[in-house]
Amino acid sequence: MIISNQKKKDELLAALDGAERLFLVGCGACATACKSGGEEEVFQMQEWIESVDREVTGSVVIDEACHIMRAGRDLRHHRQAVEDADALLVLACGAGIQSISASSDKRVVGGLDSLFLGNIKRFGQFEEKCSLCGDCILNETAGICPVTNCAKGLLNGPCGGMEESKCEVDREIDCAWHLIYERLKKQKRPGVFARTVAPKNWDKRRKPGRFNIKK
Amino acid sequence: MLMSRLQEELAAGRFTVTAEVAPPKGIDLQNVLDVAAAFSGVTAVNVTDNQGANMRMCPLVVAGKLVDAGIEPILQLTCRDRNRMALQSDILGAAALGIENLLLLSGDHARFGDHPEARSVFDLDSVQLLQAVNDLQQGVDMVGRKLDGVPIFFPGAAVSPESEPFELMFQKFRKKIDSGARFFQTQAVFDGGRFEQFMAEAREVGTPVLAGILLLKSARMARFLNDNIPGVRVPEKHIDRLEKAGNPLDEGVAIARELVGVARSCCQGVHLMTLGHEDRIPEILDN
Repeated sequence: MIISNQKKKDELLAALDGAERLFLVGCGACATACKSGGEEEVFQMQEWIESVDREVTGSVVIDEACHIMRAGRDLRHHRQAVEDADALLVLACGAGIQSISASSDKRVVGGLDSLFLGNIKRFGQFEEKCSLCGDCILNETAGICPVTNCAKGLLNGPCGGMEESKCEVDREIDCAWHLIYERLKKQKRPGVFARTVAPKNWDKRRKPGRFNIKK
Repeated sequence: MLMSRLQEELAAGRFTVTAEVAPPKGIDLQNVLDVAAAFSGVTAVNVTDNQGANMRMCPLVVAGKLVDAGIEPILQLTCRDRNRMALQSDILGAAALGIENLLLLSGDHARFGDHPEARSVFDLDSVQLLQAVNDLQQGVDMVGRKLDGVPIFFPGAAVSPESEPFELMFQKFRKKIDSGARFFQTQAVFDGGRFEQFMAEAREVGTPVLAGILLLKSARMARFLNDNIPGVRVPEKHIDRLEKAGNPLDEGVAIARELVGVARSCCQGVHLMTLGHEDRIPEILDN
């Protein structure tokens, strides 16, 4: 899921400059799990907005804010409250925010920063495992992604900064290449170590990404 | 085929010494040129590339100036700050400036330096960069397009001989050789015994290795290195010696000289990192 975090209140206040009446939008999917934009957070945001002398015209928590058509439909169900607002304050990831901006000509204020595509370790703890690079090497790396888990995304083994199997960038984090090496050794196969990995094809991750299942 | 002096020395089996300079943080080249000119007994001089992820003048220009001054440079290039296009174009530029030796590195992560908010590139890793140099030496770029004029280099790479697990470090060492590394300069070596173990394996492979010798100036500096410089691990026994010494710098010189002694017995040369104490090099190299 997309891991997101609420912006600091002073930053948010600056972004709300000139917007006195706000319609709030939350997301029932990732932002709910991250406790950044679910029902509870939308409610707390409403209280905060009123505490800084602004008005809330209404709110909605969209099932999945990244679903552009659904977001548009939910906004239409709240047409009057949306119409009455100076801006829509969206507590969803960057994709969700843009579903809203694609569905309304109103000013849109994003209340969250989107951090990464994350796995849930346990409640409230998330870890990045996949960078969505479009060119997956996991089958050769014992199911551990070096593009993401190596701070430098190296493809041919650890850098010189590996110390006691830890990463040079953060000594709390295991060196991804050490993990790959240990797991492949356990599986008694050479995996990625059998070859020199060629430079990555970043053209597979050309922006903006587009994918059509029918093609 | 023309050979760099570094390549000649190593091919002749002579114990070879390299040292290094850092480009200026600014545009005044006088100091770096003076330091490079004052080295004695040194075959070639590394020019570091935004070392420790601290922004400085580009090493290509400094290495070119060394060539002009009759000093043989080893141009360091890291993958941190340039993508594959910028790296290839800098390497072609290096050939045009008469730079023959390259040291091809992944590079320290940007978070260690003075621009921690910079986006690290790492479009290539050090192995892939060696392969790119190989391509250029075959007269084509990385996508196989023909070059007008073919560069000739003596490409080198880095290795951390004390790194564990040994096998994991050594597979990358082999990959670098397979990808065109013709010599190695090591990360700073402090444990002579472990370095000898590394050389026992590395000797079989046959590619010359210059042991990295870093001059320790004080116990405080040693601790700073341990805490802040990736891949550098000064053992407690050295820190202890520096702490107890009346003159820590003299003790550092003595430690360096001992490690040079180990290198003389088991590898092809040393790469000296003397960090402002270039005048102590003759003592460090003293047999």
